[in-house]
Amino acid sequence: MKTDKRKALLGMVLIGVALAVLPFLVGQGLGNSWVRVLDFALLYVMLALGLNIVVGFAGLLDLGYIAFYAVGAYLYALLASPHFGIHWPAWAILPLGAMVAAFFGILLGAPVLRLRGDYLAIVTLGFGEIIRIFINNLNAPVNITNGPQGISQIDPVRILNTPLSKPLDIFGLGVPSVYLYYYLFLLLALLVVFVSIRLEDSRIGRAWVAIREDEIAAKACGIDTRNVKLLAFAMGATFGGIAGGLFAAFQEFVSPESFGLMESIMVLCMVVLGGMGHIPGVILGGLLLAILPEALRHGAVPMQQAAFGKVLLDPESLRMLLFGLALIAVMLYRPAGLWPEARRKRELARPSPQPPSRGRG
Amino acid sequence: MDTFIQQIINGLVLGSIYALVALGYTMVYGILGLINFAHGEVVMIGALTALTVIKLLANSGLPGVVVVLLGLLAAIPACMALGFTIERVAYRPLRHAPRLAPLITAIGVSIVLQQLAMIFWGRSYHAFPPILPTTGRDIGGAHIMDLQIVIVLLAAAIMAGLMLLINKTRLGRAMRATAENPQIAGLMGVNINTIISATFLIGSALAAVAGVMVSANYSIAHYHMGFILGLKAFTAAVLGGIGNLPGAMLGGVLLGLIESLGAGYVGDLTGGFLGSHYQDVFAFFVLILVLVFRPSGLMGEKVSERA
Amino acid sequence: MRFPAKTLGLAVASVIFAFGCGKEAPPPPPPKAEAPAAPPPKPSVTVKIGHVAPLTGPQAHLGKDNENGARLAIEEANAKKMEIGGAMVTFDLLGEDDQADPKQGTTVAQKLIDAKVNGVIGHLNSGTTIPASKLYADAGIPQISPSATNPKYTQQGFKTAYRVMANDEQQGKVLGGYATQQLAAKNIAIVDDRTAYGQGVADEFEKAAVAGGAKIVAREFTNDKATDFAAILTKIKSKKPDLVMYGGMDAQAGPMAQQLKKLGIKAKMIFADGGCTTEFHKLAGDAAEGHYCSLPGVPLEKMPGGTAFKEKYAKRFNVDIQLYAPYSYDAANVMIDAMKRANSVEPAKVLAELPKTAFDGVTAKITFDEKGDVKDGAITLYQAKGGKWDPLETIGGAAPAQPAAMDGMAGMGGMAPMGGMSSMGGTAGMGGMSISPPPAAAAPVEKK
Repeated sequence: MKTDKRKALLGMVLIGVALAVLPFLVGQGLGNSWVRVLDFALLYVMLALGLNIVVGFAGLLDLGYIAFYAVGAYLYALLASPHFGIHWPAWAILPLGAMVAAFFGILLGAPVLRLRGDYLAIVTLGFGEIIRIFINNLNAPVNITNGPQGISQIDPVRILNTPLSKPLDIFGLGVPSVYLYYYLFLLLALLVVFVSIRLEDSRIGRAWVAIREDEIAAKACGIDTRNVKLLAFAMGATFGGIAGGLFAAFQEFVSPESFGLMESIMVLCMVVLGGMGHIPGVILGGLLLAILPEALRHGAVPMQQAAFGKVLLDPESLRMLLFGLALIAVMLYRPAGLWPEARRKRELARPSPQPPSRGRG
Repeated sequence: MDTFIQQIINGLVLGSIYALVALGYTMVYGILGLINFAHGEVVMIGALTALTVIKLLANSGLPGVVVVLLGLLAAIPACMALGFTIERVAYRPLRHAPRLAPLITAIGVSIVLQQLAMIFWGRSYHAFPPILPTTGRDIGGAHIMDLQIVIVLLAAAIMAGLMLLINKTRLGRAMRATAENPQIAGLMGVNINTIISATFLIGSALAAVAGVMVSANYSIAHYHMGFILGLKAFTAAVLGGIGNLPGAMLGGVLLGLIESLGAGYVGDLTGGFLGSHYQDVFAFFVLILVLVFRPSGLMGEKVSERA
Repeated sequence: MRFPAKTLGLAVASVIFAFGCGKEAPPPPPPKAEAPAAPPPKPSVTVKIGHVAPLTGPQAHLGKDNENGARLAIEEANAKKMEIGGAMVTFDLLGEDDQADPKQGTTVAQKLIDAKVNGVIGHLNSGTTIPASKLYADAGIPQISPSATNPKYTQQGFKTAYRVMANDEQQGKVLGGYATQQLAAKNIAIVDDRTAYGQGVADEFEKAAVAGGAKIVAREFTNDKATDFAAILTKIKSKKPDLVMYGGMDAQAGPMAQQLKKLGIKAKMIFADGGCTTEFHKLAGDAAEGHYCSLPGVPLEKMPGGTAFKEKYAKRFNVDIQLYAPYSYDAANVMIDAMKRANSVEPAKVLAELPKTAFDGVTAKITFDEKGDVKDGAITLYQAKGGKWDPLETIGGAAPAQPAAMDGMAGMGGMAPMGGMSSMGGTAGMGGMSISPPPAAAAPVEKK
C-alpha cells in the first residue's frame, strides 16, 4: 500500500514535470504554432469535459453546447475591452462568466426537461443557434454585441500586472505569450479535470448515471430527476463559460462566426470519440480532435510528395477528407469510443437484446 | 392583402421543399430510429449529379422538361447507390452500438461527401441552366411559378405514395414490423437487412428528387448546400413528430410558413426590433414551444414511447 | 488510489499524444538560409511569402482565387530572376487555409510566423484578418490583405497592417452617393447578409443614402448561406422601392436577382464588390441585366497590363478570375516591390519601405496612407449588360480631394460599425484617422 502511494506520487511528479516542459519541447522541436495548437487543445479539453457532464454522465444529448462558450466569451469581451470602455480584471470576469453560463444552462434546461433523445438534440441545437443569432444581431437598436463586426482589442489576462499577451522575460529568457497561456489553460484544465473526477464519484454523479441508465428507475429510487438534470446543464455550462472567457482573452477578438453549429458538433465528436462518460477518454478525444486536423495540415503535402512525388490533392481537401474518414473508422472499430469506461465496455461485450435506441423509458 | 397571399405562397413552396427532404429523414428514422445526418449531403449529390447531366443536354434541343427528367433519372440511381453504400459501410456495423456512435459516423460521412463533391465538382457555385418554362399564374395579386406548383404537388404526392407503400403493401408491413421490433420481425421471417436497405434506397431516391427540385427552384447548386437544407429538414421532421410521414409534411410546411410570415411581419409588429434577421429564431422558438407542450412533436403520438 | 491512477492515465495519454502527434507531422522544413541579412557570397536565397484564405467551406472558390493571384505574381517574380541584397532570390508561396474561422486564422498565422515568412498576403475575410494581424504585428511581419475591408483592420495602430482595397466605409459611401445622385433613387430598400462585410457596407450605404436625401423604406436581412429570399423580397415589394441595395456576396446576389424578377419587382439592385463578379451573371442568368455594382480600383481593361493579367491568369490556372485575384496579385507585387526598394527581404526593412509604396498595379496605382489603407482609392461603378459588367464611371482616384475633406470627416465620425466604440478614440489606431484624408473617392459624388 505504501509503495503504491509512493509510486503514484512519483508518477504525478513525473507527469507534472512532463506537462511543464511540454511547451518548450514542442516549441523548440516543432515550432510555436504547435504550442498554439496545444493551447486550443486545452480549451477544447475543458469544453469536452463540460459537455461530458451533460452527455456522458447524464445522458442528455446536447447539440447547442457552444452557446455557453459564446456566452463566456462575449461576457469577457464586453467587460474587458474598449467596446463599453470597461476593463475588469480576468479573475473577476471568469467566475462571473461561469455563473452567467450556468444561468443560461438552467434557462435551456428548464423547458426541455421532459424531452428525450433526438427531440432534446434538436431543441438544444435550436437554443445554440438562437444565442448565436442574437449575438450576431444585437448591434441595433442598442449596440450591445457590435453584431457581425465582432469585438476587438480585448484585454489579455493579466497576472500580477503582467499581461500574458507579451513575451515574459525570465532571466534573459523570453517566454512567448503562447507558452504563458499554455500554463494558464493547463492549470484551469486540471481544475476542470479535478472537479469532473470529484463529481463523477459524488452522490450527484451517481444520480446522473442513474438517470442516463434508466430515468424512471432513478426517479423511483428517490432521485429528484428535475433538479439533478438542471444541475447537469448548469455544471456543463459552467465549464463552457470559463473556456469561453479564456478564448476571448487569448484571441483578443471575438465574433459570432466562432460559435457556429459545427463547433458544437466538433465538441460532441470529442466526447463520443474519446469515450462518453469516461474522463480520460474524453480528454483524449479533445486532444485528438483538436490536434488531428492541424497534424494533417502540416503533414498532407510532404506525405503526398513522398508517396506520389507530387501533390495530387489540395492539402485542405485531404485534411477534411481524412478527418471525416477518421471519424467513421474510429466509430466502426471502437463504437464506445477510443478509451471507453470499463462499465460501458462490459455492456457492449454482449449484444443487447434490442438496439439501444429503443425500448427504454 | 396580395402581399399576405404572396407570403403564404412563399411559405408553402419553401415548406414543400423542406418537406421533400424531411420525408427522407423521417422515413429512415421511423424504421431505424437513426438521425441520418448525411441525408442532406445525399440531396446535394443528387442535385449536382442531375445538374451535370442537365448541363450536358441543355443545348441538345430536347425540351427543358425532358432534360430535367433525364437529369433526375441519372441522379436517382446515383443517390440510391450512395445511400445503400452509406448504410452498409457506416450504419449497419453500428446497429447495436451506443446510440451516439452512428450519429458520429453520420457526421463523418457528411464531411467526406462534402469534400469529395468539392474535389469532383469544384469549389464554385453551379447555375441551373434556364431551360424550364418560367411561366406562372396569378392568385389574388400574388404570383406563383408553375415549377413551384409542381414542387408543392410533388411533395404531397410523394407523402401520399409513401403512406400507401407503408400501410398497404407487403414491403410496408415488413417495414412497420421492423420499426416496431427488429428482433421479433426477424423471427417472423422478415429479412431485416433487406428491409433496412430498401428504406435507404427509397429515402435516397427521394433525396435525388428533392435535390433536383431545390436546384431547379433556386437555380443554384454547390457542394455546400446539403448541410443547411438537412438541418432545416431535420427541424421540420421533429416539429411534425419524427418518424411520422404526414408529420414531416406538416412540419415542413409549417416551418416554411413560420419563416416566411416571420420574416414578413414580425419586424413591423415589433417596431423593427425582431426583423428578418431573426427568421431562424422564430422557427426554433416555435419548435421549442411545440415540444414543450407536445414533447414528441405535433403528430408524433406513437414514437413518444420510444426514444 | 483511484484518483492518482486516473490522473496518471490521462496525463500520460496527453503526453504520449502530444509527442505521438509530433512524429506524425514532419517538422516544418528547416529554416532555409535565414533570408534576412544574407551574406553576399551566397548565391541564392529563398524568400517565403505566406498566403492565407479560406480554401474549404462556402468561400473556398474565392480563397483559391486569391491564392492563384498571389501565386501568379510570385511565379512571375521568380521568372525574372531577381537580385535582392546581392543574392539571387527565389520566392516561395506558402498557401494556408483558415476556413474563414478566426481561430484557424490565428493558428495559421502562428504557423507562418514559425516558418519565418518574410511577408504575408491575406487573409481574405476581415474576421480572420483582424485577430491574425495582431500576431503578425507582434512578430514584425508585414501583412497586406487583398480583400479584408473592415475599417477596423487598419485602425488598430499596427505598423504591419496594409490593404490594397478600399474599405467598407469608402465603398459604402460611394455606392450611397451614386444611388442618390446619379441614379436619383428616392426610396431604397436595403438587405444585408449579417456578415461583417455585408453589414459594414450596407450600414455605410444607408448613411450616405440618407445624407443624399433618400428614404430607406425597408431594412431586411438574410444570411450568407441562404438561397430563399422570397419572404424578404415580398415584403420589399410591398414598400415599392426604386432601388434595392444588397450587402453581401455573389452566391446570394445572383439568386436574389432571379427571385426579384420572378416576383415582378422592377427596381434594380446595387451592391459592392462582393457581388461584382462573373459568377453573378452565371447565377442570375438573364435576371442579371441592369443591376449595378461597384469594384474598388479601375476596370482591368483600362489598366496597363490589366487585360494581359486576365489572359495570363486564365492560361496559368485554366479558370476565370473569380473576384479578388487582381488585388492579391497586386498585394504580392507590392510586397515584392517593397523588398526590391529596401534591397533586403528583412521584414523590418521592408516595413520601412512599404509606406513609401507607389506601385502601378493592375487594379490601381497603389499608395498607402498612414494607417495602411490604400490612398485615394478609385472606385468604379458597373452595370450588368449582356452578361457582362459594363463600366459606367470611375469615381475618385488619383485626383486630390480638397473640399470634401470636411464632409468626409463628418461621415467617418459617425461610422456605424464602430457604434459603441467611440471610446476607442484614445488608442493609437484612431489617432491616425484625424490626420488621414478621408476617402477621396467619395468626393465627386458629394460635391454634386
